[in-house]
Amino acid sequence: MEVKILSAKFDIKDAHKIEVAKQHGAYSRLEKLFSMEPSAVTEEVKNSGLRGRGGAGFPAGLKWSFLPKGLDKPVYLTVNSDESEPATFKDRFILVRDPHLLIEGIIICCYAIGCHNSYIYIRGEYTTQCKALQKAIDEAYAEGYLGEKVGGHDFKLDVTVHRGAGAYICGEETALLESIEGKKGQPRSKPPFPAVEGLYGCPTIINNVQTIASLPYIIENGADAYKQYGTDKSPGTHLFGISGHVNKPGMYELPLGLPIVEVIEKVAGGVLNGKKLKGIIPGGSSTPVQTPEEAQDLTLDYESMAAHKTMFGSGGIVVLDETVDIVKLVENLIEFYHHESCGQCTPCREGLGWMLKIVKKILHGEGTVADVDLLRELCDNIEGKTVCVLSAACTMPVRSYLDKFRHEFEAYVKKEASSGAAQKQG
Amino acid sequence: MSNRAKLIATGKPFAFDQERDAEFERLVKRYPTRESMILPSLWLTQEQEGWICAEAIEYIADRIGTFASQVYECATFYTMYNLHPMGKIHICICRTLSCWLRGKQEIVDYLKGELGLVPGEVSPDGKYSLEEVECLGHCGSAPVVQVNGEFHENMDVDKLKTLLATLK
Repeated sequence: MEVKILSAKFDIKDAHKIEVAKQHGAYSRLEKLFSMEPSAVTEEVKNSGLRGRGGAGFPAGLKWSFLPKGLDKPVYLTVNSDESEPATFKDRFILVRDPHLLIEGIIICCYAIGCHNSYIYIRGEYTTQCKALQKAIDEAYAEGYLGEKVGGHDFKLDVTVHRGAGAYICGEETALLESIEGKKGQPRSKPPFPAVEGLYGCPTIINNVQTIASLPYIIENGADAYKQYGTDKSPGTHLFGISGHVNKPGMYELPLGLPIVEVIEKVAGGVLNGKKLKGIIPGGSSTPVQTPEEAQDLTLDYESMAAHKTMFGSGGIVVLDETVDIVKLVENLIEFYHHESCGQCTPCREGLGWMLKIVKKILHGEGTVADVDLLRELCDNIEGKTVCVLSAACTMPVRSYLDKFRHEFEAYVKKEASSGAAQKQG
Repeated sequence: MSNRAKLIATGKPFAFDQERDAEFERLVKRYPTRESMILPSLWLTQEQEGWICAEAIEYIADRIGTFASQVYECATFYTMYNLHPMGKIHICICRTLSCWLRGKQEIVDYLKGELGLVPGEVSPDGKYSLEEVECLGHCGSAPVVQVNGEFHENMDVDKLKTLLATLK
């Protein structure tokens, strides 16, 4: 089931070093690239159907085509290496095991969009990964693949690593831009969209690490070759992360479109220690949970996920077994989103804190049925009323746990006051 | 104001050392505005001293040519910047989702029971500090612990005991 498109060099010794990477094809796409018109490169990427691999799944080539033409402003590419969505652990493998794949992808994108200054926004916690990435960038400069004349061609490109410092919200594209500009990571209202007015007010493309790393394959082999993998509307491969209660947790590259239950069984060794499955989080903590019944016909592509009223997201699959206390899981998740709220919108800043207090009250045995109802109601009153979707990233999954596992919340609820009073009188 | 946002003055002037100074000058050319140097400057300060004092906030503002309040905003918004000295051995344990499912609480409880470490605090002798942090992106090898920036995967209490013994 596993394939090796993105991960082709991951198991080759020293493939992070430029001399070894080049022996296995690194930077071999540049001659072909520079013989193409930039617009032809964008067309090829559009035709490949490559969708953003950060979580939103927006078609990459289409995003590039939104850049206005003929503006007297520089165009920027920012590569999103913030990777902070719980259950997601894929981009860091590229940074450490095949960073030159990413750099080559950046060259391809920048040539297509006319960008000469690219920033890689990497989360602050990725310390060793940042060092590995910077080392590869230094190697690329030394060998002329970055700098004044990329690969000897008349194309200038600088790549700068910008370290984040602990904010999940900076994975949101406009918060990422704010952070590069030296401000708090508080998202901007859209429109204007970054492609028109982004970094420093200039046209900007933001793409995930994996999306950019997918480009060398597409340039070398063409859009049709890429579409051989995956499904019609969800072509290609993805670095899936499988974690939680499985026997073989880890990162696995798979084509899109496989049945999620089969992947959990055959690739990740099934539920840990043979326990019973209680639920599956399909694509990162922000995605609505699936019951075992619902997961039976769920496949790992954008369309099937949408039909199941959940999301493909970042491809971070978490398996929950029968021992999981859903109410405690919800507490764990709400606490995450509440911590990570940037604070600028009242419904998120106050609302998520309120949700946390309610679930803690329920867990302490002091909750009532009305509290469970209130928690559910809050999900509908926060989502869609904020500048960005961090609030929805909390309310969408919490809603799904409340709707599908309501009995677990009610089990914590104290007995009704009337029965207590009746006992006293008797 | 919460403790973690409070600035501490050392009473001594702060400046980048030679290495950090050179790195500042290298990076400042890469951005069209100097304000973009706020986060990189906070990192340079923390690399040099281990934490960011009140004098450093002023120094960074002066060097960049911006307001100290803007530097302070960033220093407090982003949770990885230390405004107080941390322990010599700084331990970060992931508390989120997969690490929670696979046993992070046992490790937190062990550190509390054996070393008296409470998340958010530095030990009285200044040797250890502990933080519970959000998802570190190592979910497939949960639970994960970061010690002085290094990742330690598939952790349990025994492995942590061994690790801490080697760091003594």
